[in-house]
Amino acid sequence: MSAVMSNPLFREPLTIAGAAREIEFRDAVREAMCEEMRRDKRVYLLGEEVAQYDGAYKVSKGMLAEFGAARVVDTPISESGFSGMAIGSAMLGLRPIVEFMSWSFSLVAADPILNNAPKMLYMSGGQYGCPIVFRGNDGAGGQLGSTHSWSVEGLFSNVPGVKIVIPSNPADAKGLMKTAIRDDDPVFFLESERLLSMKGHVPEGEYLIPFGHAAIRRAGKDCTICSWGRPVHFCMEAAEILANEGIDCEVIDLRTIRPLDLPTVVASVRKTSAAVVVDQSWSFASPGSELAAQIHRHCFDDLDNFVHRVHSDDVPTPYAVALEQEYLPNVRKICEAVRSATYRA
Amino acid sequence: MKDPTVPMPQVAPPAAPTAGTSASSLPVSASTALQWLREMHLIREFEVRCMQSYQEKKIGGFCHVYIGQEAVAVGCVAAMQPQDPIVTAYRDHGHALARGMSARACMAEMYGRASGCAKGKGGSMHMFDRPNNLFGGHGIVGAQTPLGAGLAFATKYEDEVMLGGKNRRVSLSFLGDGAVNQGAFYEAMNLAGLLHLPVIFIVENNGYSMGTAIHRGTTMSHDLCVKGRAHGLREVTIDGMDVVSVYRDMSVLVEWCREHSRPAIVDMNCYRFKGHSMSDPRKYRTREEEAHHESRDPIINLERLLAGEGVLDDAKLATMLKDVREEVRDAVTFANDSEATPSDELYKDVFVEPWGRYTGSSLPSYMGGATNACTFRATDGKEGLV
Ligand SMILES: Cc1ncc(C[n+]2csc(CCOP(=O)(O)OP(=O)(O)O)c2C)c(N)n1
Ligand SMILES: [Mg+2]
Repeated sequence: MSAVMSNPLFREPLTIAGAAREIEFRDAVREAMCEEMRRDKRVYLLGEEVAQYDGAYKVSKGMLAEFGAARVVDTPISESGFSGMAIGSAMLGLRPIVEFMSWSFSLVAADPILNNAPKMLYMSGGQYGCPIVFRGNDGAGGQLGSTHSWSVEGLFSNVPGVKIVIPSNPADAKGLMKTAIRDDDPVFFLESERLLSMKGHVPEGEYLIPFGHAAIRRAGKDCTICSWGRPVHFCMEAAEILANEGIDCEVIDLRTIRPLDLPTVVASVRKTSAAVVVDQSWSFASPGSELAAQIHRHCFDDLDNFVHRVHSDDVPTPYAVALEQEYLPNVRKICEAVRSATYRA
Repeated sequence: MKDPTVPMPQVAPPAAPTAGTSASSLPVSASTALQWLREMHLIREFEVRCMQSYQEKKIGGFCHVYIGQEAVAVGCVAAMQPQDPIVTAYRDHGHALARGMSARACMAEMYGRASGCAKGKGGSMHMFDRPNNLFGGHGIVGAQTPLGAGLAFATKYEDEVMLGGKNRRVSLSFLGDGAVNQGAFYEAMNLAGLLHLPVIFIVENNGYSMGTAIHRGTTMSHDLCVKGRAHGLREVTIDGMDVVSVYRDMSVLVEWCREHSRPAIVDMNCYRFKGHSMSDPRKYRTREEEAHHESRDPIINLERLLAGEGVLDDAKLATMLKDVREEVRDAVTFANDSEATPSDELYKDVFVEPWGRYTGSSLPSYMGGATNACTFRATDGKEGLV
């Protein structure tokens, strides 16, 4: 096991016995932030409506009361300005958590978050790093129209120097957020508005989940389905349907796409000989296309078929409800891809 | 304010309020003023029905209603020519209706119907109406401000390069007081000042961006015009709760912009009566404060004025309200009964050229057969811009 995994704080929370407590995804993210802020005075939270309004999505509820206005900072609608400001403060040694109400709004701050944060260490020859977490809602599914429905992992995973975390459940969200805050590099933490109210078991005690360690959500022998974030739930649903048809799927939740846990994926595909990648960003030059390319490379002789991919359709996100559902990587599309990949179509 | 190269005629300051009564007297015919009242009622009724339909889950996504701010859109549009371009933010139903979009097309858009103004692809925050020169509601805060400068750039270019000074259109870009803090806005103002663009930035200053009272998010919030002053913009502060003031002061300003091809900023004082969107419990302000502003209701203001002038009585008002309710009820029925946007629309309007869906290659010959029902075609430029 690697050095990170030998750290006693890194544990797999889903296997912890007696973790009867169920909390919402948003509570899990908040717990992680609060615990880290109690532990380390350098950590602070800033963003639009995070303090007095308790967060537009109530993720930071109560944090102003506990930590005060100096550490839970309301900002104007100035994403470029406050992102850059947070990055500057990180260069001097603070550890900011920047909330984007939606990752869609981070595009206004593209220069600081892509041109400053991930390059600072490199450009300064290792002198100035940027220990910062950017977090917020990502992805479509709420009929918000195309400006508010970005899956930014498609764009941002192209950039060297960022770590990208996309948790699919409350326990992972907490453990990964704590790791993100302690990480010395910039971390993009992608939540989903559609998952914030989801409840799940979250252990009481302290735990951290390392980056680059996928979780196998369902074991199976016929086809490997790889995903991350909200679409993992679609994959689990599809796997149930396919099981009734006699196709036994293994569902892998990557949890972070940078770093990407290739060994877990490769081991699975060597076993199943079929792979489907489900990625809610657009298909062209996406994390999904990268993963597919890696599987082709590492499992060339093991595959019975090419790696199938399911993405959002290659169009701006539509508003109308039926169109949006059709646009997303939905259960139907995943089932079709698996049937095709396993020659059961 | 002081750009030495351009004459700065006085814009009439809003008349001093007299106690108890409205400061306005009618600068237009009674029938025009009655038309304004009808439009304001139409917007309000429309928004009330939107809220209902949202509760019934017929409308999805984010929905921001314009209740309380009706006088701004109606007064500003009245001061413009139909060919003057307008662009606004996501609180856009009022601007769309004031600009002449049918209540049917507007409601159908929110219902996600093919009969909506954007075929159900845009939704509440993205109302576009080409025939009425409405260049969009825009969901990203501040995004429409450089676009407003661009519309003005195009109309100026059209006159100078293509038509020889014929149209002299003025562009309006609406934004909220919270949008004032976006960097794009400052870049847009600087460009407008630098390039002498005939654009007016109307800050609909309703005192809040979501739960943030203006002084908590904005420096110099007592004097928003200072933001424009730094870029050589003409400035006017207007009482946005009084449609007559809006019309009168905007008319002077619009004609000044037209005459001199210069940009301006308006601090338009108003108040949103409802929450920011459908899920806002309004804990950040007191019910007393709300009651105070509701007593300045722009619709009641105008009704009082018109009654005082003897052009509105109870019977006339009742007929008007009945008429408006009928129009909005019809719009809701129309939206409800319209066909949901069909799935083959998913791939249309991505490109003007009918390339069809992406199938793993960017060569059109490998594409599927989707044809494009997109209405936009660039002109050849001979007759100016459309
Ligand atoms: C770039 C960006 N950041 C944040 C948001 C989320 N948001 C939508 S409306 C809004 C408040 C805007 O307030 P204001 O400009 O005053 O307009 P009003 O809602 O009062 O009409 C915020 C923060 C957004 N849409 N775009
Ligand atoms: Mg506002």
